[in-house]
Amino acid sequence: MAIFINEKTPILIQGFTGRIGTFHAQEMIDYGSNVVGGVTPGKGGSSHLGRPVFNTVKGAVDETGAEASIVFVPPPFAADAIMEAADAGIKYCVCITDGIPAQDMIRVKRYMRRYKKESRMVLTGPNCAGTISPGKAMLGIMPGHIYLPGRVGIVGRSGTLGYEAAEQLKMLGIGVSTSVGIGGDPINGSSHRDVLEAFEADPETDAVLMIGEIGGPQEAEAGVFAKEHMKKPVIAYIAGLSAPKGRRMGHAGAIVSAFGESAAEKVEILKGCGVTIAPTPSEMGATVAQVLGQMRKVA
Amino acid sequence: MDIHEYQAKELLTKFGVPIPRGGLAYSPEQATYRASELGGAVVVKAQIHSGARGKAGGVKLCRNEREIEEAAESMLGRKLVTHQTGPAGKLVSRLYIEEATNIDREIYLGFVMDRATERIVVVASAAGGMDIEEISATQPDTIIRVTVDPAVGMQQFQAREIAFGLGVDPEIVNKIVPAIMGAYRAFRDLDAMMVEINPLVITKEKQVLALDAKMSFDENALFRRPHIAELRDKSQEDPRETYASDRGLSYVGLDGDIGCIVNGAGLAMATLDMIKLAGGEPANFLDIGGGASPERVTKSFRAVLRDKNVRAILVNVFAGINRCDWVAKGVVDAVKELNITMPIVVRLAGTNVEEGRRIIDTSGLTVISADTLAEAAKKAVEAAKKAA
Repeated sequence: MAIFINEKTPILIQGFTGRIGTFHAQEMIDYGSNVVGGVTPGKGGSSHLGRPVFNTVKGAVDETGAEASIVFVPPPFAADAIMEAADAGIKYCVCITDGIPAQDMIRVKRYMRRYKKESRMVLTGPNCAGTISPGKAMLGIMPGHIYLPGRVGIVGRSGTLGYEAAEQLKMLGIGVSTSVGIGGDPINGSSHRDVLEAFEADPETDAVLMIGEIGGPQEAEAGVFAKEHMKKPVIAYIAGLSAPKGRRMGHAGAIVSAFGESAAEKVEILKGCGVTIAPTPSEMGATVAQVLGQMRKVA
Repeated sequence: MDIHEYQAKELLTKFGVPIPRGGLAYSPEQATYRASELGGAVVVKAQIHSGARGKAGGVKLCRNEREIEEAAESMLGRKLVTHQTGPAGKLVSRLYIEEATNIDREIYLGFVMDRATERIVVVASAAGGMDIEEISATQPDTIIRVTVDPAVGMQQFQAREIAFGLGVDPEIVNKIVPAIMGAYRAFRDLDAMMVEINPLVITKEKQVLALDAKMSFDENALFRRPHIAELRDKSQEDPRETYASDRGLSYVGLDGDIGCIVNGAGLAMATLDMIKLAGGEPANFLDIGGGASPERVTKSFRAVLRDKNVRAILVNVFAGINRCDWVAKGVVDAVKELNITMPIVVRLAGTNVEEGRRIIDTSGLTVISADTLAEAAKKAVEAAKKAA
């Protein structure tokens, strides 16, 4: 089953005909994702990569029945594109765009609250590598071949660090149910906690690897959720142990500005919540293997 | 992006936040001229991107021309070290000369982008003058927090609640409310990430004035705020970081001796962690971004090598969209072009990794290959220690 996307999910590409949209749309099609069309305002009625192009997301949803979309729209227009998807009835949206102003994202989040929780679009990102359910569908810019299909869920802020984790798992023969990038921005669509909730409800996921980093309250919040509402084990690594306070480490959101936001503090909070910590980034895979081994012993 | 106090005040006053009269000076002579324009006692304030300037000797009350000259002489051209600047300090090249005020009460007023509520939050306290961490620690019950609904923006009643909550007289409330609303509009309209007026003072003459002001801006929004982007002062930045950011690289200077070149912010942070855990000290954080072309790799080497403390370089690239052979070629080209003699450890993973490693191993250069992140960190730490 996996979460958010599978081999059947009909997918739209927003920003379809641009250079970046074209490249990644082709990669997704090659991986086996069910790409049903794309949106580029002004190019509706034409065809691109053998799929129809639409002027509006609403028009595309009406014609194709698309349920998921991926946004490759440049930063000044990306917030608008996300709101358009939410309004058109898209159920799951990934925003890849890096560099969206924080106040635009505040507006997006407020706008999405217009819809009842049951019908509200799930957004992951922006500034992320996307989501992949290995062997089924890829809605992102990751190298699909490094993921082995399996039963471990991954949620993380960083793209390449997520690849690192997937490769370590693959080396150990451990597969992934779905890997979700939530992005490096301070205001993002779904939090670590939101994705943990989805994995907890997924019968095809046995354990979750959470890859966090310095800055913001989301890892601590996810720890509390894991403790109070999860039966499945959570393994975590927090990047930025050596990051100085008050310095932005690449991601717009990776900055320690309050108590509880440093890597060391987050690790302590997560340990207190019963989350297993991978002590170093090169032991993410091994720590997951160890936890899975213990689960088998108990069962 | 941070700006100076005088720049923040110029912006805020346009939104209706009252500020004391003042003017900028680049020399002791200009300082005395500004003071004569203002008349009476003045405060000479060093303009650097840091708080806590007073304790470091960067804010001085002066009553006559000689005192102004002395204060200006003692600040201009010097580096001011505060607990926020780090030991290197920050260069003072501008002074702000401001009329002195008769302070009756000091109030803390701050606006932040709150990540927990994903909204703009206003923070106020009757215990002004101290920094917010200090207030939180010593007088947390004086803190008033108000969350702004992004659908409608901040409302007058919220500003009134803050003002009455601070326990000021009703006639002062009528003066504080427009100051709070003005600062909020400045935050919203200029894409700020933080506005701090500390202190907002009530004078003995019953005036409300922003005595100090700090603003910091969302770098992702600078494309639509060109007049804010213009306020950047490179003299306040680490020169290593200025060089890199001017070339589109995301770089943070650190104190160690192992230069780092990594793709992706998360992997870059993890690489620094791994170096620390292996007993070394990273010289920098550097994310070369998604499209790690050979040119970008060369650019990154140039940026890392500007730091004279660097004794070894660690390249860690997980090629997703890119191909490792391409990155490897970039490394080999950079080493030859820049004539690099210090040890370089390269760890490649992802697409076309075998071909990438072959290029490194057969290049004839003394580049050290590593298979895993742990091995790469260990080898880089060893190489840096040997070179020390």
